[in-house]
Amino acid sequence: MTDVRTRWRGFRHGVSQRWDRQPKATKIGLILVFIVFLYALPERGFYEYLGLPLGEYIPLYTTRNDMATVLFQCGYYILLAMGLNIVVGYAGLLDLGFFGFFAVGAYTVATLTSPNSKIFTEYNWLESPWPWLVALPLAIALSLLAGVILGWPVLRLRGDYLAIVTLGFAEMIRIVAQQNDWIFNGDRGIARIAHPPGKNSDGSPIFAFDAKPYYWLILTVIIAMVFLIRNLVRSRVGRAWVAIREDEDAAELMGVPTYKFKLWAFAMGAGIGGFSGALWAGQNSFVNASTFRLEQSILVLAAVLLGGAGNIFGAILGGFLVIYVPEWLRSVGDVFGLPEQVRIAGEPYDVSATNLRYLFFGIILIVIMIFRPQGLWANRRRAAELKDREKEAIVGA
Amino acid sequence: MPETPPEPQDASERDVTSERDAAPDARTTVGVPPEPPTGEFVPLQTPADPTGRRAILEVDNVTLRFGGVVALDQVNFNLYEGEILGLIGPNGAGKTTCFNAMTGVYTPTSGEIRFLGEKLSGRARYKITKLGIARTFQNIRLFPEMTAMENVMVGADAHHKTSVPSALLRLPRYWQEERSGRERSHELLDFVGIRRHDEAARNLSYGEQRRLEIARALATSPKMLCLDEPAAGFNPAEKESLLQLIRDIRGTGVTVLLIEHDMRLVMGVTDRIVVLEFGKKIAEGSPAEIRDNPKVIAAYLGVPADAA
Repeated sequence: MTDVRTRWRGFRHGVSQRWDRQPKATKIGLILVFIVFLYALPERGFYEYLGLPLGEYIPLYTTRNDMATVLFQCGYYILLAMGLNIVVGYAGLLDLGFFGFFAVGAYTVATLTSPNSKIFTEYNWLESPWPWLVALPLAIALSLLAGVILGWPVLRLRGDYLAIVTLGFAEMIRIVAQQNDWIFNGDRGIARIAHPPGKNSDGSPIFAFDAKPYYWLILTVIIAMVFLIRNLVRSRVGRAWVAIREDEDAAELMGVPTYKFKLWAFAMGAGIGGFSGALWAGQNSFVNASTFRLEQSILVLAAVLLGGAGNIFGAILGGFLVIYVPEWLRSVGDVFGLPEQVRIAGEPYDVSATNLRYLFFGIILIVIMIFRPQGLWANRRRAAELKDREKEAIVGA
Repeated sequence: MPETPPEPQDASERDVTSERDAAPDARTTVGVPPEPPTGEFVPLQTPADPTGRRAILEVDNVTLRFGGVVALDQVNFNLYEGEILGLIGPNGAGKTTCFNAMTGVYTPTSGEIRFLGEKLSGRARYKITKLGIARTFQNIRLFPEMTAMENVMVGADAHHKTSVPSALLRLPRYWQEERSGRERSHELLDFVGIRRHDEAARNLSYGEQRRLEIARALATSPKMLCLDEPAAGFNPAEKESLLQLIRDIRGTGVTVLLIEHDMRLVMGVTDRIVVLEFGKKIAEGSPAEIRDNPKVIAAYLGVPADAA
């Protein structure tokens, strides 16, 4: 076991060293190629071009489910994980109700853009449904505001207390949505939510039933978000967050306005969560209360911890894996030709990979957390160490 | 690090202190707010004599109770600009409590603490730091996963104004503050003698961690620096270089308040000493006076049976 781990560590070290030795142009080039690869992921033609037979098993493609839809779901989870990563990973505030902000974003878009929304059918507060793009900034702003309103009283609490209150917040949103016939329409929900704008050259809308354009949209948003969040964490703001996480009292005594920056962390995370919710509502076109169950909040938190709290790319990896792996596991049965049913004492039992996928996923999660409790991609230290070695070399010369 | 040519210094005591002399320019900027450069610091002629100097910190009849325990009892003393004041006393005398009251961790039950004439009680802790009081901790409290550089940057950020909007969009203020903060942090790390600027704080040696705490505190541009047992666990050579460092810090115009158990260090570096015992001030004076004060001797060594 230890042998495997040291060898793996050696391999990773080798890869990272080779990466660091590349000139900057090569690095940018490789990143661009990777981004193009990401954009090409849902295209069938891409796999055929590579000579990979579709319809049979291939490493990446999900055969039981539309690849683009799966990738879009990964996308909004990645956004959620990136938002929660600011709160949990950087500022170290345990938030168990993060999906609540997703709900705020989704419901804002739903109530404002759907002609079925009671705003238009019963109350006539507005003339006509808003376009999606107009509702989007408001959705982000409202979820950001929700973060501030929740954070304002709550961020005076620490640790477990904070976790409990945030948990309550998400449940509150869900229950209000469920019980409330006044505007959210409970479990019957709101249908016909507007899609993002844009038309193809033949006049048909770009954003309709095909999930590919949504995936490309959310991928673009994620890439933009990577740059924005990097800007944040490599500034006074990010340093303040990490300082708060590591020793809140010491941080405050060193002049960090801790409360203000915790509130900012909450607001930023909530805003990104709301953005994700707005994008999802624009694709799904239907929102109801039972979407926002507690498991979703837990799953986002699992994504952050799995990927590696405190690293943007860790959160992305985690958000991708928690959706992609269960979906990919659906098709595992086909690959290995496993039976869908077994008969034990004459009774049929369903053992299809599709139904057992969360069992396997759970096992995978447990194994990962045993062997890498810090998450899959937690590499804060590497760059610093390398730089330091460089400096010692210069001083020594 | 940019190599700075070793500059000829007055040859008196320079040979002991090692690498930090490689950056002599740091000495003039450390501890002073970056905006108004204060020029040369005129060394004090009579450091032991407070007459004519402004009190930077006034501890005025401060009492601090925790339930029935009186941690500080009517403590009175002033700290004058540019001096090094030692705060000593047996274990549990209330030295650290006194520090905590000054930096806003505790609010005095009665009495008040004024810094440059302004009352400290009721202020947020980070605002007290911004006023110009910085401190280190008795048990090291760095940000262990952050690099030495980042630790010091957190201190330097105390006076920065970059917030989420300017950081998100990398507005000019971000670039300007980031650049000046980095320069200052490098200077400070050189000043305290830490070479591995990009090493995580927890990987630094014990002595380096102690000195990093001092650099981080200095980065907040304090007018007054409170050192809480900075020499704890140091060997004689390290103590010697710490002594020099404290003098150098004072040389940049920062007033120093020092809690320390090591008498040689305290006697060697301080201008005046305040002695606490059971929360009460029992003596105040120059090191020589304190050394001969019977009350102090009694507090440390106990009263001989026949003296009672």
